[in-house]
Amino acid sequence: MAISAEFDPAMPWQKSRSVALRPEPFGALVYSFSTRKLSFLKSKLLVRVVEALGDHPDAAAALTACGVPEAQRATYEKALADLARSQMIETRTPA
Amino acid sequence: MTTVERPVGGRLIDQFEYGLDAPICLTWELTYACNLACVHCLSSSGRRDPRELSTAEAEAVIDELQRMQVFYVNVGGGEPTVRPDFWHLLDYAVGHDVGVKFSTNGIKLDKARARQLAGTDYVDVQISLDGATAEVNDAVRGTGSFATATRALENLAEAGMKDMKVSVVVTRENAGQLDEFKALTDRYGAQLRLTRFRPSGRGADVWDRLHPTQQQQRELYAWLLANGDQVLTGDSFFHLSALGEALPGLNLCGAGRVVCLIDPVGDVYACPFAIHENFLAGNVRDDGGFQRVWRESELFADLRSPQTGGACTKCAHFDACRGGCMAAKFFTGLPLDGPDPECVQGYGETALAARDVESVPPRSHLDHSHRGPVRGQPTLLGIPSMPPAKACAESPLAGVPLT
Repeated sequence: MAISAEFDPAMPWQKSRSVALRPEPFGALVYSFSTRKLSFLKSKLLVRVVEALGDHPDAAAALTACGVPEAQRATYEKALADLARSQMIETRTPA
Repeated sequence: MTTVERPVGGRLIDQFEYGLDAPICLTWELTYACNLACVHCLSSSGRRDPRELSTAEAEAVIDELQRMQVFYVNVGGGEPTVRPDFWHLLDYAVGHDVGVKFSTNGIKLDKARARQLAGTDYVDVQISLDGATAEVNDAVRGTGSFATATRALENLAEAGMKDMKVSVVVTRENAGQLDEFKALTDRYGAQLRLTRFRPSGRGADVWDRLHPTQQQQRELYAWLLANGDQVLTGDSFFHLSALGEALPGLNLCGAGRVVCLIDPVGDVYACPFAIHENFLAGNVRDDGGFQRVWRESELFADLRSPQTGGACTKCAHFDACRGGCMAAKFFTGLPLDGPDPECVQGYGETALAARDVESVPPRSHLDHSHRGPVRGQPTLLGIPSMPPAKACAESPLAGVPLT
């Protein structure tokens, strides 16, 4: 079972399997069917990052692949840490 | 109508002002039929409307909500559980990824239904109670309604249901009972939900008498700040944020922007408290269904423009309360760009006093209230009619001393 723990960008992550993203003009609405909690992704780039997490060996690689500017990296890592805490993203076992 | 360009980035609340592609959640009143006759009913419910959506039409609405990714709906009425297909629609919604929180007075929640609900994931139950004691509750909701609600809570607790809600409309009569409500709710392992009393539906008839005083509003605000994490409010008290610190949640009128109402006949209104032609955006039976109403109605487009004029925008507290509740202003006959009638800075009272004496506040075109007497009818407004002197006495003057 995947465990949502402290966010470590060097670990492999994915959008939690019980989570759905609904596109919105500013980003997306995030809904977890397991915790029944609602959250928001406040930029379209963050939406791309969350969706791409599962395709990359670790979160840092996903941030790079999505073209997150160096200056905003800390902000995006903090956003991912918040999502990990609220179980919107989860760690995955490397394939 | 002018369309205003949506800003990029910034605060979420500013984004919400421009509306979303689908509601965050919506209220769906399944029927106007109700076994009770609460004096403050927001939808003037009582009698079923013959044009009510059929089971198939209701299923089609659920299919559409699933396509639009509306992840949960607040189901109400009337009393939704008196619809014979209520339990079917509940299962249908949950089976289509649309979670349901339904409001009920508890009339149908016997032990068997409580067990069924406790075993269903993705369903929330909300029991309405407007007094922490039978005396206070039954005066507005009707004799026996406190017993019905608490019996339902007992059944749910016994069945192992967790986190069901006790939903309270805060009035002048119960505003002093907040701690008692909390204790009662804790006793059943339930969660307390407090919402604002609006002058909507029959609520308009008793608003002067039942809306909390300024002093009670200040006490409520302090209580919410102290208990905010454990108490739900549906973000309905954002007008109190003008007292200082913002309350948790969305401090913005969400009407037509992030919420709306689907009424029992499929009409879509900007919010549950705005059942009036002025706030009617369309009908789910129209071509394009609910999605088209939500995305294309002119009314909703208008509501999705930030307020730029009016008395409130000049007030130092405007960013905190955003001018308050649209429905509360409308049904008290106040301009929509002016202060809320319960403005905590006192501007509402001034505005109410300045209303033209000749003016009559707008009324809804709909009234499904019971026409005859109802068992246990609430007595807040006095005894409905003089009881006959004897059971068989037909003359209205029987027993009246005429000399």
